[in-house]
Amino acid sequence: MAEKGLGAHLGGHLRENGMLVALVAIVFFFTVIVRVMIDVDFLSAQNITNLFLQNSYVIIMALGMLLVIVSGHIDLSVGSVAAFTGAIAAALTVKAGLPVWVVIPVTLLAGAAIGAAQGYWVAFWRIPSFIVTLAGMLVFRGLTLWLLGGQNIGPFPKAFQSMSNGFVPDLFGDWDQALLGMDRLNGTAVLVVVIAAAVLIWLGLRAQKRDVEFGIAPEPPALFWARNLVVSAALIFVGWKLAQFRGLPNVLVILVVLTVLYAFFTENTTAGRRIYATGGNEKAAKLSGIRTNRLVFWCFVNMGALAALAGMIVTARLNSATPKAGVGFELDVIAAVFIGGASMAGGTGRIVGVVVGALIMGVMNNGMSILGIGIDYQQVIKGLVLLAAVAFDVYNKNK
Amino acid sequence: MTALLEMRGIGKAFPGVRALDHVNLSVEAGEIHAICGENGAGKSTLMKILSGVYPQGSYEGEIVYDGETLALRGIRDSEAKGIIIIHQELALVPLLSIAENLFLGNEVARRGVINWPEAFQKTEGWLAKVGLNEPPATPVGKLGVGKQQLIEIAKALAKDVRLLILDEPTAALQENDSEKLLDLMLELKAQGVTQIIISHKLNEISRVADRITVLRDGRSVSTMDRDEISEDRIIRDMVGRDMAHRYPERVPNVGAVLMEVEGWSVWHPEQRERQVIHDAALTVRRGEIVGIAGLMGAGRTELAMSLFGRSYGRGQTGTVRMNGQPVDVSTVQKAIAAGLSYVTEDRKVLGLILEEPILRNISLANLAGVALRGVLDKRREAQVAEDYRRALAIRTPGVLQKVVNLSGGNQQKVVLSKWLFTDPQVLILDEPTRGIDVGAKFEIYQLMNDLVAQGRGVVMISSEMPELLGMCDRIYVMNEGRLVGELTRAEASQERIMGMILGTTGKAA
Repeated sequence: MAEKGLGAHLGGHLRENGMLVALVAIVFFFTVIVRVMIDVDFLSAQNITNLFLQNSYVIIMALGMLLVIVSGHIDLSVGSVAAFTGAIAAALTVKAGLPVWVVIPVTLLAGAAIGAAQGYWVAFWRIPSFIVTLAGMLVFRGLTLWLLGGQNIGPFPKAFQSMSNGFVPDLFGDWDQALLGMDRLNGTAVLVVVIAAAVLIWLGLRAQKRDVEFGIAPEPPALFWARNLVVSAALIFVGWKLAQFRGLPNVLVILVVLTVLYAFFTENTTAGRRIYATGGNEKAAKLSGIRTNRLVFWCFVNMGALAALAGMIVTARLNSATPKAGVGFELDVIAAVFIGGASMAGGTGRIVGVVVGALIMGVMNNGMSILGIGIDYQQVIKGLVLLAAVAFDVYNKNK
Repeated sequence: MTALLEMRGIGKAFPGVRALDHVNLSVEAGEIHAICGENGAGKSTLMKILSGVYPQGSYEGEIVYDGETLALRGIRDSEAKGIIIIHQELALVPLLSIAENLFLGNEVARRGVINWPEAFQKTEGWLAKVGLNEPPATPVGKLGVGKQQLIEIAKALAKDVRLLILDEPTAALQENDSEKLLDLMLELKAQGVTQIIISHKLNEISRVADRITVLRDGRSVSTMDRDEISEDRIIRDMVGRDMAHRYPERVPNVGAVLMEVEGWSVWHPEQRERQVIHDAALTVRRGEIVGIAGLMGAGRTELAMSLFGRSYGRGQTGTVRMNGQPVDVSTVQKAIAAGLSYVTEDRKVLGLILEEPILRNISLANLAGVALRGVLDKRREAQVAEDYRRALAIRTPGVLQKVVNLSGGNQQKVVLSKWLFTDPQVLILDEPTRGIDVGAKFEIYQLMNDLVAQGRGVVMISSEMPELLGMCDRIYVMNEGRLVGELTRAEASQERIMGMILGTTGKAA
């Protein structure tokens, strides 16, 4: 087995390591510039919490969008579907007075049904997904207007709102206050992130051990530990900051659970593998006994359900369902997936990359808003970042 | 004669691979010069340097053409010098007409406005030169590969070609189309067009080539004159060893009937009233290699794909029995479960996921075999891939290598590994050695022998008759959707097979 140098390893994971470096650099950039220009702490506990609350829906939908894009398709309708399902949730909760535990599953099912309706045309009629979901984008925006009668519906009961602005209670009470004399430190948050960091490193070490068993030259220890220390430090820092504010937001918990689930699904299950094969070469996958149509169909069903979840979170956050909710979401979501390393042709892209991609978009949105940069410039800058990220990919491939 | 082209000490390195190392090539004016070599020997790279695809500065050595040193910056430069390459994958636009293709990038136009009457007239002239009689307005996509190849040549002629490079021009052609093409090459030679031909087909080379240069592992091994050319010597130089037999020895050990197909009829997926297979019946025994001979378009691939889970289209009737029991082969999954495997003729498009690593391609058709309740066991997956890599001698640094980086022969071995991992009883191999170099072909033949020695049955579809005659215990002859004859190993000969295809003799007595 040939000895692989540091360069080769950086090259192999260039994309993911590169995105991580970019994320850290962007956070650092805003921290400095926000401090210098308007003397505000970008990494304050409150802003970090805000960052997650504001971007949760993009990340959640990006998980589903990755599957759709990996399978070789696209879904332009997610913004409208999120708005429509948000309106359904509002109608059920506010107008019909149904309890949360009924509203949430019903809305998720409605989202899944919408996904199924679109997936049906894409998978079984082989109508290009771009067209089907472009139609969906119009149809569900229209249905949102119709359902809401052009008006906002709200407010929501506390239970529904807690989906977006609730926090995980501190399981440890306030012992820290008594013991350390600190103010309001949320023990749950600290404990969870420390465990998470430990698990990440453990998983990394295990993967390395397996690589060695397969006869793959392992990543150089320097690179491995550098990356893991940066990630762990960031995790613990975020946890510490969150602990100083109100603890772990419920949304963040949903987000992390979903991310782990989807990462496992895409990388460790036969169904996940088959989706990659379908996007990689549909004909070859079909001739290998894979039911590609069905997989594509289920990718859209899944996308619909996740759009419904995102729709409810947005609605809960605004505390009202509005006709204009979710306008332009699809663009943020798709951009996040491509920044995260997926390819337009399908067959490639990883969950971790997508989450980092979504965070990059989120941090930029948040930082630029704090700086008071107008929406005009924000769009220009986001567009250029998307182009740069993909150009970087193409350049590396052709090199 | 004087040398038109001298390539001296050409070297080219890609990241991690040295593709060419001090290659010398000398082509004389007016000759047909053949370049042979296994896949990966560096033939295509050499031609890409010559045609400017890899520009001056990206390689070592020098090119002297017509007395001057060339410094090409791109294909436009080489075409301006009259050096034109026709790639294996034809560069025609299927939806455009012959005339449009012929003058693509070189339109008969004045200030950007095309003069159609003149373009058509000129097109007819060029077509006549290559012996093609088609209206210039015909869309290229409607023509067969053989005719498309001729249009490529006409296109080159229209550009005032002096040195024509043909990269495996007959790889996708039928015997008679190949013949026509070779005749045309000789005709062009008589008109003074110098030509370089890259080919795997040794009989064609010995027919047209004046001299041959053999490349091996990125070096030029030898250059032979016409009177020195012998197939054995070419093969020896290509693989670097003597190959006494082109087909490995096998003692036939044919057992009981394994698979029986009866009353098999198939209809075209779009033109539903058009029947492409008529009432076919065939049997495969344990330990037997059964060949299916026929021209392209005879329905061989359609027969195979329809048997394999209705992969050709929905409309079909007939029964399949395995070991005497009727089996359901209506979906690919069911066909695999029944013990069938189909190795496609088009491995890049239908057989492999090129951007994925070897191990993922090998496990693809039997993911359940490397998973427990839907969760992949990646350790086992890597182990399986590693086992096949060793058993089939897939030449690669590791099973995580992307398939796209492998040579044709090694890609074919990956496809075969994928199907072997499904543990099939009958393997249908569709053109298993197409586009594969001599050394790898021998390994594939050896593998086929191993498979039948294990008691499996093999169906081999091939357009190369010597290969069928060398490998098969029994050969079915197919023509226009019908199995028109059946020959045992002893009865079979090229003449008889051809005779059956042409309908001059009936079923063998």
